[in-house]
Amino acid sequence: MMFRIHLQIVPRQGLLDPQGKAVADALHALDFPAVRDVRIGRHLVLDVDAADGAGAESQVRAMCERLLANPVTEDFAIAGVEAL
Amino acid sequence: MKVGVVTFPGSNCDEDARLAITEALGAEAVRLWHKDHDLQGVDVVILPGGFSYGDALRAGAIARFSPILREVQEHANRGGPVLGICNGFQIACEAGLLPGALLRNAELKFIHQPVHLRVEQVDTIFTARYARGQVLQIPIAHGEGRYTADAETLERLEGEGQVVFRYVGPDGNRSAAANPNGSMHDIAGIRNAKGNVLGLMPHPERAVDPRLGPADGLALFESLLAAVHA
Repeated sequence: MMFRIHLQIVPRQGLLDPQGKAVADALHALDFPAVRDVRIGRHLVLDVDAADGAGAESQVRAMCERLLANPVTEDFAIAGVEAL
Repeated sequence: MKVGVVTFPGSNCDEDARLAITEALGAEAVRLWHKDHDLQGVDVVILPGGFSYGDALRAGAIARFSPILREVQEHANRGGPVLGICNGFQIACEAGLLPGALLRNAELKFIHQPVHLRVEQVDTIFTARYARGQVLQIPIAHGEGRYTADAETLERLEGEGQVVFRYVGPDGNRSAAANPNGSMHDIAGIRNAKGNVLGLMPHPERAVDPRLGPADGLALFESLLAAVHA
């Protein structure tokens, strides 16, 4: 079976994210004072062959650890798993 | 001394590095192709500046998986000198040859300008020909040069004397204004614990010919030459 994995990779909390900070400042200027913090990362969509969703997810986690996310500066989360 | 300069798809300072070795230093340099599995018996490997693989995913992330990196890793593990300049520093961090990571500049801009560096360590094979505390003028040209590491790593780097170059003002003093990219601890270059791998964002290979400006980068290559011949 094939599964579509939605993967989010964001700068680790506490590290300076200048893009996120610029956007937060712009939102404040637009009168959205409620915004406390913005972090900007990337969203990857991977189509993966696996026996089941859990298998696809564990493969993507292994990919994150080896390549897709930098363990020093980024956090990742699997935002969704769809069976295709 | 025989130096190998690796060319990745997107490298653009490989010829400058090669010419720094051959023209300015008068040593031998060979071109190494990223798909090679042969370091051709070189004493020193240079990972040059540029935009390997178009900086896809993260700067240096894909180059780390180039075939030749396996040999470069083995060379480094044997204690062989490896110099990572700019993108080469990013690759060295991604490959685990050096700790930490290089993130987008704090002001989100590509910066190309001369900067001042302070030589923090001279008991290295890369800096023995400098004086401790010497202030150098060397150009930078990068968009992702903000050195970042966790607190424990920074403490170790500082404690073990692994911070080799720091951004300073012309007077040699540290300040927020003198740090061009927001690097933690004003770090411009670090070495590994063993001392045989150096990574730095500035371009010493672009500062080796007095006809083109300060030649403050030359002593780095002279230091290597002296260390290899010692």
